[in-house]
Amino acid sequence: MSTDQGRERQTIRCLVAKVGLDGHDRGAHVIARAFRDAGFEVIYSGLHKSPDEIVQAAVQEDVDVLGISILSGAHNTLVPKIMSGLEEYGAASDTLVIVGGIVPEEDRSELKELGVAEIFGPGATMEETIEYVREHTEHR
Amino acid sequence: MSLVADLLDGDHRALARVITRIENRAPGYRDMVSELHSHTGGANVIGITGSPGAGKSTLVDKLTAAYRDAGQTVGVLAIDPSSPFTGGSVLGDRIRMQSTATDMDVFVRSMSARGRLGGLSTATADAVKALDAFGKDTIIIETVGAGQNEIDIVKTADTVAVLVPPGSGDDVQMLKAGIFEIGDLFVVNKADLSGADRTVTELREMIRTRSDYTTGDDQPPGRIEPAIEDQTNGWEPSVVETVAKTGEGVDALIDELDEHLAHLDRSGKREQRTHRRFTEEIATHVREDLRRLSTTEIERRGGLDELASAVQARDTDPYSAVDELLEPIRTCVESKTNQH
Repeated sequence: MSTDQGRERQTIRCLVAKVGLDGHDRGAHVIARAFRDAGFEVIYSGLHKSPDEIVQAAVQEDVDVLGISILSGAHNTLVPKIMSGLEEYGAASDTLVIVGGIVPEEDRSELKELGVAEIFGPGATMEETIEYVREHTEHR
Repeated sequence: MSLVADLLDGDHRALARVITRIENRAPGYRDMVSELHSHTGGANVIGITGSPGAGKSTLVDKLTAAYRDAGQTVGVLAIDPSSPFTGGSVLGDRIRMQSTATDMDVFVRSMSARGRLGGLSTATADAVKALDAFGKDTIIIETVGAGQNEIDIVKTADTVAVLVPPGSGDDVQMLKAGIFEIGDLFVVNKADLSGADRTVTELREMIRTRSDYTTGDDQPPGRIEPAIEDQTNGWEPSVVETVAKTGEGVDALIDELDEHLAHLDRSGKREQRTHRRFTEEIATHVREDLRRLSTTEIERRGGLDELASAVQARDTDPYSAVDELLEPIRTCVESKTNQH
């Protein structure tokens, strides 16, 4: 049975997270739907979450991917808090953290040093993002 | 240290990982669940079910907060059976669980059906064991009450609360389709909406007469066993009104849940229910494993295509084909039987 074989392949679980005061969630909704249509299990955090809430959800849901959507420019404050929280629960090394939104070029290297795997800015396509996630969660 | 040892040691990450293994049926998950089993039995398991939009997540959120205030640790399994064609899903129950956000003594896990049918209730039962062994005092299973699959899931619980939204008589009628029988108590949520009173009345009426309706109008009463054996055991389900959004009625609901759990203990029903649950669990595993064994045997013989062609060509028939396929299993069983 084809469904039996499908079951063998592990389902990719991801948390799409909105953090901080930024209330713009269209991008997060679009990516959540795109991930769902790609066959992922998507947990959406809802708006205005604190870094601690995001960490709690990522740890408990044991997601393969944490997608943080930030359009407010507060990434330099919020992302480090999330990363250190993941570290605290031993989840940093095996959670693929990606950031989507507006991140100026000069901030990117710092985020990547913190452990953010990739940053998807304006112009990134859904296909590209999904492909990236598929490729980088394979060996988890 | 092993994952199970870490879990028993209170490591949140380990608990999350064990549940993932259980969900994925990853290699070794059975050994893990076996190891966990002796550490279980300490938790009260509450099932919350009801139609989509009845307010389950919001109510579970408020219940969780109340249990936390009472000093209990809580585990929540939010089950979303919707599975679109892609196999993907958006699990949104977590959004509504805000009262206890960042409290790590509340462990919320979203699970989806992933296209498997019967398997979800097994995965749920195993995930409950993980939370139980971790030491959660109360475990809440939240699921849409939509069909047999969901009923099986919610049977994992000691106490089942069925949520009914007010207003539509149709909703109450719909409950007859199997969900009504499993309710130990009923909750009319959104009780501030108009029509709530009528829904409460209708529910009470149904509970009073519920041994009748299963017999149907055209059958003499009493010929069919009452739908709820509890009725003969001194438990009549109550109807509680809540407004989950504001928390109104939540304390009364908790009292009622506690009362039912106490009733289970007093009457010895909890032992009976647990016993029956394990009986069913073993039976399910036996069926599943036999199915897997026979699938392996079929594959070893190169699938069913050749046999089907043989049947089609009238060289053999379906029964003979099955006899031949299951020969190894039958021989084994019969030789054991003959030894006794």
